[in-house]
Amino acid sequence: MSVMNRSVSVLSKNIRNCFVRRHVKRSLSSEAGPLFPGAKTSWTESFDFTGKHSYAPIPVYRVMDRRGNIINPDEEPKLPDETILKMYKDMTLLNVMDKILYESQRQGRISFYMTNYGEEATQIGSAAALDLEDIVYGQYREAGVLMWRGFTLQQFVDQCYGNKDDRGQGKQMPIHYGSKELNFITISSPLSTQMPQAVGSAYALKGRNRVVICYFGDGAASEGDAHAALNFAATLDCPVLMFCRNNGYAISTPVEEQYGGDGVAARGPAYGMHTVRVDGNDVFAVYNATRRAKEYALRESKPVLIEAMTYRVGDHSTSDDSSAYRSPDEVKQWSTNDYPTDKLRFHMESRGLWDKEKEKEWQQQARKDVMAAFQAGEVKHKPHWSVMFDEVYKFVPPHLQKQKADMKEHMDKYKEHYPLDKFDGK
Amino acid sequence: MALTKVGRIAMKTLNDEIKVLNNVIVRRNNFVYTPDTKITVQGEKTKMNMFQSINSALDIALRTDDTALVFGEDVGFGGVFRCTLGLRDKYGKDRVFNTPLCEQGIAGFAIGVAAVGSTAIAEIQFADYIFPAFDQLVNEAAKYRYRSGGTFDCGKLTVRAPCGAVGHGALYHSQSPEAYFAHTPGLKVVIPRGPTKAKGLLLSCIRDPDPCLVLEPKILYRGAEEDVPVGDFQLPIGRADILAEGSDVTLIGWGAQVHVLKQVAQLAKEKYSVSCEVIDLVSILPWDMDTVCKSVKKTKRVLIAHEAPLTGGFGAEIVATIQEECFLHLEAPIARVTGFDTPFPHVFEPFYLPDKWRCLAAVAKLVNY
Ligand SMILES: Cc1ncc(C[n+]2csc(CCOP(=O)(O)OP(=O)(O)O)c2C)c(N)n1
Repeated sequence: MSVMNRSVSVLSKNIRNCFVRRHVKRSLSSEAGPLFPGAKTSWTESFDFTGKHSYAPIPVYRVMDRRGNIINPDEEPKLPDETILKMYKDMTLLNVMDKILYESQRQGRISFYMTNYGEEATQIGSAAALDLEDIVYGQYREAGVLMWRGFTLQQFVDQCYGNKDDRGQGKQMPIHYGSKELNFITISSPLSTQMPQAVGSAYALKGRNRVVICYFGDGAASEGDAHAALNFAATLDCPVLMFCRNNGYAISTPVEEQYGGDGVAARGPAYGMHTVRVDGNDVFAVYNATRRAKEYALRESKPVLIEAMTYRVGDHSTSDDSSAYRSPDEVKQWSTNDYPTDKLRFHMESRGLWDKEKEKEWQQQARKDVMAAFQAGEVKHKPHWSVMFDEVYKFVPPHLQKQKADMKEHMDKYKEHYPLDKFDGK
Repeated sequence: MALTKVGRIAMKTLNDEIKVLNNVIVRRNNFVYTPDTKITVQGEKTKMNMFQSINSALDIALRTDDTALVFGEDVGFGGVFRCTLGLRDKYGKDRVFNTPLCEQGIAGFAIGVAAVGSTAIAEIQFADYIFPAFDQLVNEAAKYRYRSGGTFDCGKLTVRAPCGAVGHGALYHSQSPEAYFAHTPGLKVVIPRGPTKAKGLLLSCIRDPDPCLVLEPKILYRGAEEDVPVGDFQLPIGRADILAEGSDVTLIGWGAQVHVLKQVAQLAKEKYSVSCEVIDLVSILPWDMDTVCKSVKKTKRVLIAHEAPLTGGFGAEIVATIQEECFLHLEAPIARVTGFDTPFPHVFEPFYLPDKWRCLAAVAKLVNY
């Protein structure tokens, strides 16, 4: 058979198959739903667009009211007193540390800082619901999670100074913390890159009774990596908690200019993910949501999307002056009403767990501890300059050895022009 | 409440207790900016720093071209470096606006704007964050014209991104990614050395028929000030500037590094009586081989300095061309002084940069070869 003849015969066979398929379909009951592989759904004969109007906005789950009273007793997490105290102390210690490190940046002692004001409960509530073996991928505004896990004030300060005790060897900007022992992957500035990575880690850890939590902002949720992460998590059944801190702004950009839908939470069901929206200023609500998300993720080996609604009370960073794009009244409203630490303190006071005297003592203690770490961190030398050549690779390759040797020769000759007094000598 | 109370007490304590300590961080400028004397544009001038001169260029672009759009992350309120300050109020939020936080979106959107004939001026907040847009820029913008045989193009696209060292930017607020883009036929890449140059180059890029990337050394936004022509003017893409004439060594750089090289030229003269010719390459793609090779044939010795790492840095391309074009004129191997082949480190920045002492040492080697 010639090539031509053969292809004609294939073609006619295809045409025949076509007719057969159409015949089979006709024989199906007219009640059958659509058979398209792309969606399991039903038919409709009345036309309508599906849009924002088709769904009620996802409600915000809360446990406490503004005064710290439990609204529905069934939802009280019934945590031991020590846990509640640790929650409060970590949240407020975070405030004290933020204040001092922020100020120290203002004085030119450290180069940069980002505060966590307003988001204490999102961080501490979620951290408290997890175990140390669970892996954390942070964005940058999650110092409280690390604090909960046991990162010491000294470790925070040493990183911000980039001194020789900084585990990151002074290589990154302040607040780019990381800790192997605490299962907290080192922070990276490029937004959202941690999201698909978290999903990959969760996949690799399937069946080991661990989850991965990934924090990201309302702004970061707009990156392509965010889509990749959520879609991979859902299709590859990864036990990962995708935790959005929706604090209303990405630097100056308000959420109204970030998305057109019902926040970040509404995307969860679209990806096929269990989703919960929670009051991020209510530490118990965040705790419950994260706890239940973890239980579900482990039981079903599936991801959960959590959207914690909160407000970024501080400036974006020390490089930002938020008065250029939001009113002082707006900020004041959030720092006086609904402030997460206040809410928890009211709750503790009403239970007799806390009082004015304890508050005063604790504030003094916290300040003293932070100052001690701060002073100790400030006087430490930075690592020897040659450390900049370390950890590019596991072993320093020849081209880099040469560059290091050249620099050594240069330093021997020109040392008076370099700030060596602030760096380790050996 | 907790916040303000804690804050007040903490601040007071801080001020009381740490006054005694004075281990202030190392925040040093690697160079001194001296106003541009090279550019001779007539007309009224006024003092501007670089973010103001860029703002002035954008203002002119928006005024003279009613299809022009200016957008990017946080651009609406003026941008994190203030380059778009006041423009949303002046031209409306349909023309000057925030995008969602997504660089691949910004680049793709900008290409689409340009593809239908409007002028797209997109800002990427930091050059370090241009990589999510790499695909759109390298595979799409750069190839739009070629792949359609000239049927379609996105020449009305300009992307601006702050680049380079700033004293404390570390890995992700310091990079100089020009070499990645220099490897992309179809793009044009320029790097201004100061306010006047930035304004003239930006207006050229906006009106150039090919997609352009303007990498703006962020240290110059505030750190460089001079009298800038207030009117509309353009400066050529693809042409280098000789900033100082000399006879013994040619020093080649771009962006903020040219100010280091100007100082090196002075030091070389004082210390070694060596006369250096300083060239600002200005344009990375296409680059001005003629000016460079002419100078090299005269001085016979060359130093190229850039902040980006050595391996595969744009200096390597210049070296290759010089050895092809000027081989028999050279009296010494061409020197490169650059950032090291490591990520850009935070506290080690003073050691990482191709500072004047490393450059001066290289000049000494060149003349003593
Ligand atoms: C890929 C990338 N683009 C831009 C930036 C610059 N940038 C740093 S933080 C930020 C805003 C992030 O906002 P959001 O995700 O809402 O987190 P928040 O700061 O509010 O906690 C931007 C644009 C970046 N770090 N990485």
